[in-house]
Amino acid sequence: MSFGPHLFLALLEGTVTAFVLALTALGLSLVFGVMRIVNVAHGEFYMLGAVLAWACAHAVGTPVAGFIVAMLVAPLAVGAFALVADRWILRRVNYHPESTIVATIGLLYVLQQAVLMLYGPDARPVAPPLYFKIQFPWFGYSGYKLVVAAASALLLAATWLLITRTRLGLYMRATQQDLEMAQAFGVPARRVYALVFALGAMLAAAAGVLIVPIEQAHYLMGLDPLLMSFIVVIIGGLGSLRGTLVAAFAVGLSDGVVSVFFSPTLAKIVATLLVAAVLVVRPGGLFGEERA
Amino acid sequence: MSAWRKVLALHLAVLLALLVLQFVLPPYHHTNVARIMVLAAYAIGYNVLLGYTGLMSLGHAMFFAAGMYGAGLPVYYFGMGAPAAFACGLAAGVGLALLFGLMALRTVGPSFLIVSMMFGQALFLVTLYFNEITLGDQGFILSEKLRPLELAGTQLGFHEPAVKYNLALAIFTGCLLAALALRLSALGRVLIGIRENEERTRLLGYDSFRYKLLALGVSGALSAAAGAGYALLFSYVGSTFASILFSIYPLLWTLLGGVGTVLGPLVGTALMFYLVDTVSGVTSSYLLFVGAALVALVLWFPLGILGTVRSRWLPWLP
Repeated sequence: MSFGPHLFLALLEGTVTAFVLALTALGLSLVFGVMRIVNVAHGEFYMLGAVLAWACAHAVGTPVAGFIVAMLVAPLAVGAFALVADRWILRRVNYHPESTIVATIGLLYVLQQAVLMLYGPDARPVAPPLYFKIQFPWFGYSGYKLVVAAASALLLAATWLLITRTRLGLYMRATQQDLEMAQAFGVPARRVYALVFALGAMLAAAAGVLIVPIEQAHYLMGLDPLLMSFIVVIIGGLGSLRGTLVAAFAVGLSDGVVSVFFSPTLAKIVATLLVAAVLVVRPGGLFGEERA
Repeated sequence: MSAWRKVLALHLAVLLALLVLQFVLPPYHHTNVARIMVLAAYAIGYNVLLGYTGLMSLGHAMFFAAGMYGAGLPVYYFGMGAPAAFACGLAAGVGLALLFGLMALRTVGPSFLIVSMMFGQALFLVTLYFNEITLGDQGFILSEKLRPLELAGTQLGFHEPAVKYNLALAIFTGCLLAALALRLSALGRVLIGIRENEERTRLLGYDSFRYKLLALGVSGALSAAAGAGYALLFSYVGSTFASILFSIYPLLWTLLGGVGTVLGPLVGTALMFYLVDTVSGVTSSYLLFVGAALVALVLWFPLGILGTVRSRWLPWLP
């Protein structure tokens, strides 16, 4: 295969990565933006989504039904878990930034090891709900990957509508801009926090469900998306949703190109160097709010 | 007795106790305590950043690993002697810390934490990517290549338990005294000022960026000393020591022992080492226990052991 088609394949792979990454990183960015906390267990919510998708596929007979059930059940279950974590842990430390981080690191290991004990150390495949090949002149490409990109785009759009068009979205934006003022106007900040934390977790879980027919479900699969999401939110600027989307595409495409031409490990190293470059030029990230 | 002399007496007593301990301990615990001392030196380095300066890092394994590879690679490939290799490891750690600081300290708020985790992971991936040199996950053993230390005409082999123990004690002593001196100095006060209120410290005319960079340099140096010591004394270098878990451990040890206390890291490391040792005898998912410990510490025991002791009984404890 010559350079042109090779690059096309790389960009195609990169686009799919970018959409899934945008979905995962958006959850992290939303939680940080509104609640001012960094959720280190975010990747484990993604992993839980993938593992639950495997469980649903196993419980329900056909791949299509399994996928639909998983798309409903996994985000709801993970969201419910996030609500519990918010109530029992985050609220009790009063969303103190550093305590929250330590607690979510703890949560990361608890979830990871619990899955290891209940589900086992194997990576398990899940059949894609749709199987078709798109034949380009140079190579055939899995149609399901494009479905993943489309579904992610749909979820991103839905989240966008939620934030800009609904009352909850208004509450979220008000809380993000000024917590005290929002409370003075009767915004139920605690409930908003709980819902945002759950929403972030649900986005990650949905991304996990979408990715599992491509990647297989494994108890350690949460670390990579966590770090990639971190890279995205730092480049885009912590708390900026627009920045998160732009950076997800920059990182996703560069990841696709470097992975196809060189190696996935090198792609991660390059992405980190990209962060270093951004930090040197704009310490707050591309779209970051400059605040102390 | 003045507070200052009490402090000095306490720390010297701890060091003396560790010195005497080697004659009483059975062989299994003898090696364990040697390991604990080196790991505690790492936690002390971590605490300089978290406890004194208020900067939480989630990528400290990169400094430990820099010390480890900085010392281990020259020994493995060029047959370098132990003292020179140790110096190489230290230089690698300090260099990396300053380079990292120049970039990461430009960020504000929680970004530092995320960036540290990211760079820590990047170094981990580097050790895997260049596996032709580093031998990646598998790592390499130093004992064949490492020449014994010569001291006043006698040969001290690194395989001898007594040599291991006392060199570990020497590294630990160096790090502990460095941390204590820093804590009691005017410089340490500036760092604590930054931890408590950076804005106000800047207002008083201190360039907080330079002080934070300095703290990161010291922290990197102590962590790298521990890493280099670990490689030379326990004769193994591998990428496990650069993984995220190895960045989380010093955080856990420091939190358990008491953030911002000089002896806290030792207490936390020793306790956690034996707890993990016991738990991993029962179940292979001892990390579940590590995670639960982190959550429990945050919820119910935020000051840690020595932090609680300080706030309840011994207000002079540094």
